[in-house]
This record gives sequence, C-alpha cells and structure tokens, in this order.
Amino acid sequence: MAEHLIELHQLSKRFGPVNGGILAVDKVSFSVAPGEVLGFLGPNGAGKSTTMKMITGFLTPTAGTATVAGYNVATHPIAAKEQIGYLPEGAPGYPDMTAYAFLDFCAQTRGLKGAAKKAAIDRAVARTNLEGVLRQSIETLSKGFKRRVGLAQAILHEPRVLILDEPTDGLDPNQKHEVRNLIREMARAEGDKGKAIVLSTHILEEVEAVCTRAIIIAGGKVVADSTPRDLMKRHPSGRLEDVFRDLTARKPRVSSKKEEAAV
Amino acid sequence: MRGWIPVFRRELAGYFVTPVAYVFIIIFLVLAGVFTWDRGQGGFFVHNQADLRAFFGFLPWLYLFLIPAISMRLWAEERKSGTIELLLTLPISQGGAVLGKYLAAWAFAGVALLLTFPIWITVNYLGDPDNGAILTGYLGAMLMAGGFLALGSLLSSMTKSQVIAFIITVVVCYAFLLAGFSPIIEFFRGWAPAVIVDAVASFSFLTRFESLSKGVIDLRDLIFFASLIAVCLVGTSAVLEAKKAE
Repeated sequence: MAEHLIELHQLSKRFGPVNGGILAVDKVSFSVAPGEVLGFLGPNGAGKSTTMKMITGFLTPTAGTATVAGYNVATHPIAAKEQIGYLPEGAPGYPDMTAYAFLDFCAQTRGLKGAAKKAAIDRAVARTNLEGVLRQSIETLSKGFKRRVGLAQAILHEPRVLILDEPTDGLDPNQKHEVRNLIREMARAEGDKGKAIVLSTHILEEVEAVCTRAIIIAGGKVVADSTPRDLMKRHPSGRLEDVFRDLTARKPRVSSKKEEAAV
Repeated sequence: MRGWIPVFRRELAGYFVTPVAYVFIIIFLVLAGVFTWDRGQGGFFVHNQADLRAFFGFLPWLYLFLIPAISMRLWAEERKSGTIELLLTLPISQGGAVLGKYLAAWAFAGVALLLTFPIWITVNYLGDPDNGAILTGYLGAMLMAGGFLALGSLLSSMTKSQVIAFIITVVVCYAFLLAGFSPIIEFFRGWAPAVIVDAVASFSFLTRFESLSKGVIDLRDLIFFASLIAVCLVGTSAVLEAKKAE
C-alpha cells in the first residue's frame, strides 16, 4: 500500500444556510489504496451520493478536502477529474445521441484523438459488450445497456479511480453478474496500475461478492469501516444485513429532513 | 475555457440529429419570407424599395419567440435529466461547458439566419440595394440573437423546466427589446432619476439593431452586446454552481 488514490479528510457538506440547513456529510475521512474495491453502504439519504459527488468534483465541500491521485479536487479539479471515471446514479446519458457518438464525445473531452481515441472506445466497448448497440440512440436502449454505456464512458480513459454510484441498481440478475465481473476484473489489474474503486449499493450480497472493504455511513458519518468478513462477525447471526440494520437503524434518518428542506 | 470545443461540437450536432433543427429552420424561413413579402403595412412591396428593411423590421419579433425556443433547453434539460452531473465531472472547466453550449446555440441561430440568403438575392435581382447596410444588418441580427441567447442561457440555468425557461426568456427579451420605447420609458420616468431612465433606454436591443440595419456600426453597440453576453454567461456559470445541490 504505497500511495492512496483517494484520500478524504474531514469532508463535510451542508446544504442550505450556514447556521442551519442539513449536514448531509459530516467529517468523513477515509483513504482508498490501489487494488481496493470499497463498498459504500448506507440507508437512503445517508450521504453516499453526496460524498461521491464531492470526490468527483461535482459538489464543492463545505469543509475538509478530497484528494484524488494526489490532486486536491477543490484546487485542481481538472487534473483530479482526469484521474476519475464516474458513473453517476442512474447512468445519465444524452438521449438523442447514439451510444458511439456519446462515447466519442466523452473521449474528446478527455483529450483523446484519432487512433488513440478509436482504440480507447473499442476497448471500452469490448469490455462492456456494447458492440451490438453502438448505432442506437441512448433513449432506445434498455436499462442494462444504458448502464453499460455509462460504465464504458467511465473506463474509457483507463482511470486509476473509479466511482460507481449504484452500478447494478435496476439490472436483472444476469446483468448484475456481468457488471460485478467487470468490476472485479478491473480491480485485479496488477501492480501499480491497480485501480481504486468505490461503489455504492443497497445490495449487501454485492458487497460480499465484489468488495475487499466496506464502509457503512449513516446520518452523514462513517459508522463502520472494515472488510465485509469482519463486519459480518459483529452480529451473532453472521449476516451483513443484520449488522447493517444494527448500525444504521439507530441513527436519525437524514432523508426526510432533506426532503422537507428542499420543498 | 478548457473543453469548449467538444461541447460545442456535440451540441451543434445535437440540434441536427433531432427534428428540432429542421422544424426551427423551416418555421423561421417561412415566417421570415411571409413577413418580408407581405403586402400589408411595413412589407417590402409597400415601401417599394430594393432593400431588406422589411425583413430586418420583422426579424426582432420573430427572434423574440424563436430564440427562446433554442435557449430554453440549454441548461434546463441538462439539469432535469441529470446529464449535468456527467458533463461537469468530465475534465472540462465549467466555463468551457457554458461557452461551448452557448456558442453552439449561436452558431445554430447563425445557420438559420444565413439560410435567408434567397431574400438577399431577390432584392439584388430586383434592384440595386446598399449591400453594405445589408451586411451590417445581418451583423446586427447576429448580435441580437447572441444577446437573446445569452439571456436565455442564464434563465435556462435557473430552472429545470424548459417551459418556464421559455416563457421567462420571452418576457425578459421583450423588455430588453423595447427598453427604449415609450411604455417602458414612461414607467420609469414617473419616479426614477434621468440617469436611470437613460440607462434603461440604453439597454434597448431594438434601437441598436435599427441603427446597425441602417448601415451604422457604432463601437458602443458592439461593446454593449459583447458585455451583455459576457455578463450573462458568467451569471450562467454562477447559477449552475449555486444550484448543483438541487
């Protein structure tokens, strides 16, 4: 574990006014090393997506720092974003574009040109099995294919850091299996080329299946940070689900407050 | 401004992969033709001169409704569909994204405007117009479109609803268009000091466009449009930043 690819230091995000509003993320600190697949767990509204949006530079933290591959996201956003592949929740894509045009656009914004661009797109397409739908517009694709287009976009530039917000949500069991294999495969890439992968999920079996480490977040705070195996030992039943409920049920739910404030 | 070129290309191509571009261009050209060749008041045949006065006379009113139809989707759609999260986590600057989208919309409006060239050819066939004035008129039309689009970009960034963006943009553009004319001036004259009244009047797109379409290039007009566009685009970026959390 030489260098950490992701380092969060006392990261906080408050929505709304300074003295009030909702503290969605409350002094979260953790690091992720190359080769690690970190499962990010927590009830809805716990702050998972908000934390991910701060790592990827979409949201600006209220306090604390996020560092990606040595770049402070707040002060060097472009250098940090170059190191990141990001699949936002729901895998948004431009509906009118074909899958190929969409990947081509993403490759261009990442400075890829000519043969290098084509090679990068071909590689990402092959890994996500998109060959058959490249000429289809994104709005005509099934949920599974849309998700794969989003994944292809995220791995296009072989980023060292992958942030995947609910990558298997809404997929059928076969598609889930494929995406998990893909994630495992990407994490295994040997040596210093190993990636740091953070994925959020509600599916606890997914954590057992692909993650080397799990962080549970509730009410904006980290309540557990361990390997899935060690976490399971925390409850007599040995089931991750029970551990999850134990750790998160006691915490006040942030989601309802957040919705009220948004109205 | 890093990354504006791919964004510009994607946006411009985006107009033409959907029917939006074709519907817009056809409606724009048909209406421009109908108004220009109309036999009624203000039409070409009434004042009986080989120039584009009739065309440039109706253009601001056409733009008032058609330009907001281009600008309404600029940011409202990105925010509604969540693609903004993807766009702004790519390694491009936010300013580059704002500029690229804006310039694509402007270029698209420019393409529609260029396609009015048959009117120009007709006028040249019928007589001997002042082509210099026509050129400055087209420049004025581009600047006016640019001003409307910049206002539209700013207003589109404030809402997720394209319909709201459209309506508000039409109203704001209308105010800017007529800022120098009596209803708006009278409204201010009653209570505001002369400086304010003059300032409001100076925001009039129509006054500036009319002098350009008569062949007068005034540096102040160019600076006015350039600074209005710059302010609106910086404002767009600021609004996007503030509204990201929603």
